Amino acid sequence: MRALYIARRVVTELIRDKRTLALMFVAPVLIMFLMKLIFTQSASTSVKVATVDLNNNVRTTLNDIKHVAVSKKASNASAQQALRDQKVDAVIHETSASHYTITYANTDATKTSLVKAGFNAALTQNGMKTLKQTTVKLSRTVSQMAATIARLSPQAAAAMKQPKAKAQPRAKIKSRYNYGDKNTDFFDKIVPILMGFFVFFFVFLISGMALLKERTTGTLDRLLATPVRRGEIVLGYMISYGILALIQTVIIVLTTVGFMGVEITGSLGAVMVINFLLALVALAFGILLSTLAQSEFQMMQFIPIIVIPQIFFSGIVSLDSLASWVKDISYVLPLTYAGNAMTQIIMDGTKLTSLGVDIGVLLLFLLVLTGLNVRGMRRYRKV
Amino acid sequence: MTTRLIDLKHLQKKFGQQTVLADVSLHVDAGQILGLIGPSGAGKSTAIKIALGMEVADGGDALVLATHMPNRPLLGRIGYMAQDDSLYDALTGAENLRFFGRMKGVKKDALAADIAHVADVVDLTPALAKRVSGYSGGMRRRLSLAIALLGDPELLVLDEPTVGIDPALRRKIWHELHQLRDAGRGVLITTHVMDEAELTDEVALLLDGKVMAYDAPAKLEALYQVKTIEEVFLKAEGVA
Ligand SMILES: Nc1ncnc2c1ncn2[C@@H]1O[C@H](COP(=O)(O)OP(=O)(O)OP(=O)(O)O)[C@@H](O)[C@H]1O
Ligand SMILES: [Mg+2]
Repeated sequence: MRALYIARRVVTELIRDKRTLALMFVAPVLIMFLMKLIFTQSASTSVKVATVDLNNNVRTTLNDIKHVAVSKKASNASAQQALRDQKVDAVIHETSASHYTITYANTDATKTSLVKAGFNAALTQNGMKTLKQTTVKLSRTVSQMAATIARLSPQAAAAMKQPKAKAQPRAKIKSRYNYGDKNTDFFDKIVPILMGFFVFFFVFLISGMALLKERTTGTLDRLLATPVRRGEIVLGYMISYGILALIQTVIIVLTTVGFMGVEITGSLGAVMVINFLLALVALAFGILLSTLAQSEFQMMQFIPIIVIPQIFFSGIVSLDSLASWVKDISYVLPLTYAGNAMTQIIMDGTKLTSLGVDIGVLLLFLLVLTGLNVRGMRRYRKV
Repeated sequence: MTTRLIDLKHLQKKFGQQTVLADVSLHVDAGQILGLIGPSGAGKSTAIKIALGMEVADGGDALVLATHMPNRPLLGRIGYMAQDDSLYDALTGAENLRFFGRMKGVKKDALAADIAHVADVVDLTPALAKRVSGYSGGMRRRLSLAIALLGDPELLVLDEPTVGIDPALRRKIWHELHQLRDAGRGVLITTHVMDEAELTDEVALLLDGKVMAYDAPAKLEALYQVKTIEEVFLKAEGVA
């Protein structure tokens, strides 16, 4: 019962603190919006392509593609010179019928991928039967290249999606390697993790600050001078910030789906459940770490130490090639499990019931951290 | 025989190398006001915190309401006012009172009447609807005192309750304390205002970690052959 009164008080205090509310609810939306802006921006990149001995039909089709400008060169040497002079971004050389050599400047990975996509589209649109075989072969190469790019240059790979989708609506190749393949589309891959990260970050920070403030202003001492149980205080905070985290989760998930146009293969509800669970872990984590901080500024110091590293270890970057001890670090970070579960739900449509391990580990985190919090309050009152 | 509400026996407390309490024994009976005086840093607040179980003593025994501290359920029967005003600034005075009333376990149907009463004692009724962030220093102190009075506790532990409170209101508060005493409550109060020490039933003077003088004000004055507790204080400290 006391826990509910504490929760009510915390919520009242929060509602009167408009800025913190704004931080929790508006900031994530703002960041999502900015990301949307930045990632769609790259779609308007345009490229110049020099062609040598290229089939006229293909060249015209390529030239008609948005953001692609084609110039014909008499010899391969002069085309390569133009490439070196940065007058063009790529050179397409038809060495013999249906055999192409494409040289990319590759100073800007976005452009490289645009050329690739554009050329593929041109070939497909041309619809020449004789070219079909080549196209298939080429598309395979391109998909391999795209995979390489995804590894080497995340943004470029992320940007690939847009021009392709626009430039080749009827292209057959598209479905084969681009959409729905997480290895080729970096941005789709990071969205679930970023979503979880925002939930974690904001809840962690604000809940930690709240309890810290209660301690530094002395109200915690006063509270502990009443017969309230330590567990009731922790529970009160969990309830109030849990409600807040729930609202925040709904906002973040809905804006991610709405703004970013991220397709969720699985159920929206499942995404929210995982995010909410992560929020509760963040809450318990924030409360725990706030006991180690003496001031708000010291609380901020945990961000680079505790919060940021999670994003690196949570699956945004593949850890497969790293030393095993580095991989082991990721096993103790809650975001790893949330990110893993969310990726599976969003990409593969996995059901919650098949994510027992991830959910179990998150629940375990929650349980252990909450227990530690109740114990940690012993520092302020022994009973 | 009267009930012993607080019984501190041979308390010892060290903070690192610094011995704050060397050997402190105090007791408060039902229907008694004990004034705890002593220079700043003497360990008055520390002794109180040990009595409430907020600090652990390194030696000795702290019995409150015949129970060894720390003890959680017992805290509901004690009204404690800390030296610093810790209040929820974003809440109004009434909301602070309601919240702490609930934490103390005041019955729901009794809470409104209780809040009205304690707010009246400290003259805060007109300001109850105001946010605490807009309170003056004295108003915060009064709200703190009102919170301590909530739930009609058997024992009041007040750490410098009248700092920043004007003489008229101070008189009113002491009037209330005397009434509570006459109703059988026990009060442990610390103060730096020696006039107030005269109003207590017994005064304990804490100095160098020990209780240097401990008796009724009049008896102490006779013992030290002076007219006021202030002079007792100064003489004991060796200033005068
Ligand atoms: N948590 C603590 N850690 C270290 N030292 C402390 C702590 N609390 C109190 N002290 C020290 O113990 C001594 C007594 O402090 P205390 O607050 O009990 O004094 P006081 O008699 O209440 O003084 P005042 O009249 O100024 O309120 C001081 O020297 C103080 O520095
Ligand atoms: Mg003090």
